[in-house]
Amino acid sequence: MPDELIVNGASHPLPQDPRVTLLDFLRHDLGLTGTKKGCDHGQCGACTVIVNGLRINSCLTLAAMHAGHEVTTIEGLGIADEPSALQRAFVEHDGFQCGYCTPGQICSATAMLAEIANQWPSDASESLEGPIEVSGDEIRERMSGNLCRCGAYANIVAAIRDVAALEGIA
Amino acid sequence: MTVHVKQDKPATDNRLDTMRQNVIGKPVSRIEGLAKVTGTAPYAAEYPVEGCAEGVLVTATITRGSVVRIDAQSALGMPGVIAVIDDERLTTRPAQGTANEAPQQKPRTVCYWGQPIALVVAETFEQARDAAQQLVVEYQPEDDVAVSAEATDAEEQDDETVRMGNLDKAMSDAAHSVDCTYTTKGHASAAMEPHAAIAQWDGERLTVHASLQMLNYNITELSDALDLPESRIRLISRYVGGGFGSKLGVSEEVVAASLAALQLDRPVRVVMSRQQVFEGIMRRSETTQRLRLACDSDGRLTGFGHEALVSNLPGEGFAEPVLQSSHFLYPGENRELVLKLSRVHRMTAGSVRAPGEAVGMPALEAAMDILAERAGIDPVELRLRNIPDKDPEQGLPFSSHKLAECLRQGAEAFGWDGGARKPRMRREGEWWIGTGMASAARVHNVGEARARVTLKADGTALVETDMTDIGTGTYTIVAQIAGEMLGLRPEQVLVDLGDTNHPRGPGSGGSWGASSTGSAVYVACMAIREALAERLGIDETGLVLADAKAGNGTLLTELLRGQDMVREGHYKPGSISDDYLASGFGAFFSEVRVNHFTGETRVNRMLGAFGFGRVLNAKTARSQCLGGITWSIGMALTEALEFDPRDGHLVNRDLAEYHVPVHRDVPDLDVVLVEERDAAASLIQAKGIGELGMCGGAAAIANAIYNACGARVFDYPMTPDRVLAAMPE
Repeated sequence: MPDELIVNGASHPLPQDPRVTLLDFLRHDLGLTGTKKGCDHGQCGACTVIVNGLRINSCLTLAAMHAGHEVTTIEGLGIADEPSALQRAFVEHDGFQCGYCTPGQICSATAMLAEIANQWPSDASESLEGPIEVSGDEIRERMSGNLCRCGAYANIVAAIRDVAALEGIA
Repeated sequence: MTVHVKQDKPATDNRLDTMRQNVIGKPVSRIEGLAKVTGTAPYAAEYPVEGCAEGVLVTATITRGSVVRIDAQSALGMPGVIAVIDDERLTTRPAQGTANEAPQQKPRTVCYWGQPIALVVAETFEQARDAAQQLVVEYQPEDDVAVSAEATDAEEQDDETVRMGNLDKAMSDAAHSVDCTYTTKGHASAAMEPHAAIAQWDGERLTVHASLQMLNYNITELSDALDLPESRIRLISRYVGGGFGSKLGVSEEVVAASLAALQLDRPVRVVMSRQQVFEGIMRRSETTQRLRLACDSDGRLTGFGHEALVSNLPGEGFAEPVLQSSHFLYPGENRELVLKLSRVHRMTAGSVRAPGEAVGMPALEAAMDILAERAGIDPVELRLRNIPDKDPEQGLPFSSHKLAECLRQGAEAFGWDGGARKPRMRREGEWWIGTGMASAARVHNVGEARARVTLKADGTALVETDMTDIGTGTYTIVAQIAGEMLGLRPEQVLVDLGDTNHPRGPGSGGSWGASSTGSAVYVACMAIREALAERLGIDETGLVLADAKAGNGTLLTELLRGQDMVREGHYKPGSISDDYLASGFGAFFSEVRVNHFTGETRVNRMLGAFGFGRVLNAKTARSQCLGGITWSIGMALTEALEFDPRDGHLVNRDLAEYHVPVHRDVPDLDVVLVEERDAAASLIQAKGIGELGMCGGAAAIANAIYNACGARVFDYPMTPDRVLAAMPE
């Protein structure tokens, strides 16, 4: 539908007010508060969601720009009874403390692993072409848009490496 | 039934070690972990409240002066706008930690750029934000306002000043000495969750969901600000998206949302923008610090001088306690420690993670590195030679002291070779590689706390307290303490935190939460154990509880006879606080690379070894240390609040310009948890841990920069321009 967007598989009408960001639409209009507002200016990554398979900062885009798009939020990746591999690995490795940046980290990491699997190079890659090794630096470079003030980075990287190995992205 | 325990003597019985459930100290995953990773843990602004209006704060665009007029009509005519609140009870600063009274009010008097002056309330956030931007405000600014510490006369803080012997003479007599001055820039807590509140007024009682660290103080501060009795207020902070000091005291949006809810008779949510958090919440003061160290030919300190200049707003009692650990970390019979405070019109200076040591230790430990070099002694060895056997100023015994163990175990784990050290010994391409180390120290605090434990008839337990979990792991360690004492797995213990309806404690701050509230939980559980032992006709010391049954095989559910058993524990530190000097200690080791051409520094690896009493949970404790080390990297290399010297406004008021460490700045980190039980620290032999990990860490990086490339930098953060300027040809 041209005037609807699809969030975690369900269609929702676009907001009336064109000023509503995708982030505020998710948090306020849909009550999907798993997506966090940390800065509202695309500086922290806490609001990262996956739109049509790619990760974006949902605070930097208006809901009205996403008619017909498929949005996946943290709530769409897994639930407590059935968490995704990354969600489970974050708990196991203590990849968070306060938990506020966590949904953004996990959404970002989910899409990031797909980027590596698709052989998209990054600044940390050995070359622009050829296979990409899932090294610590490769993960750190690609995850640097997701800030964690508690300082859980070392554990986040460990959690992501675990899942990458598990899913054979290495 | 409430059980009161005042701790006058060290708890040398280590009772937790005698229990049989075997969960205390174990690396248990966070019990609230799945809620956080699935996005279902609700933070302050995320409660669905019917008919909630949205408030946006309006902040001052002058440094000092008064608000002459607020033209409410300029906003009220806009779509959806409900009210412009400029009540004189609005608070203009956050309360200091443990203030227990309202901070500065009367918003028409402006004391710093970015101070909240009014609140615009509308039906939607977008309407409120727009109207707040359009609100017409007239100011009467004042001229000649002091905005930098050097511009005013500083007051000496008498309670921090120590002068013993003759430091000048010790310096001139010394075999080796150092006299140098360091500066550190201001820091922001920058917790990921911006300050937020939803206030609801039902005509009798005000309920506020807020993001706060210390509810028992915050409820008094809010009550005082609103002039509404505490009995009519309930504060709830079940999940707090980071605090680091910035949520110690009641903050401006909590009072604004409350006043709006009271006035409008409908719920109101106020979330501060990231910029408002930077401008209107706490900063850590910048510092200027002079270090004077004198030692004999064996490297033993004979003189110790540490003077610091810090700043705060007029009227604020807080002065960054830079010298806190300098008073006892190293000996030296000739001492001069002086802290000075100047008054400037920048936002409130207050507690940011590890107030004092966070900036004091990096200066001291960088100076110690210079002394080690001049004395020709390995830096680890220099510290080992300077561990006092008692507090060098007051003569108090240490409650427990693990600095030597931390230095040795850390050095071994890191691979510190202890050989001759000279800069520029290793180069890889454009990069100089070097290593450095530093000691860590952070005073231990413990406070009065209450907690209620219910052993339920169904054989599970419930723990209730107003203590908060700000990412520290409170939920899990409380479940582990109760589980260990009562013979239950942590997941059989429901922990209900962050609600002023519960028994109160000191909250999260100054690293005192776990040992204080943990001791109250211990007291309540001990009372339950005594009651259970009585039912079995045995002495409590003979009671074995594990896997939900007693040692003789009786199930807890049988012992409870269909009834819940409830005990409230009330813990109060007694003379242990006066009889001992208690502190966490540690050692940092780092390897860095410094680019010869750009001066850029990258941390290759870093390790911290820490002794902070009993480890309650090896996983969450390690994470606290990782967090501290990460902050050390930020302080050493990137973090700096930059103020406009003309009007004192904060120039880098967001996360794009204030550079907290990101993933790529932080390598794999190692943590060594040094075995310790500190019987005089708390009933559970635990000390604070949330701050120790950044108390000195920046110096390990600074010292590694010197070892790598020969650049001695005296200003933190050590940005490429500064390193390049100090780099020898």
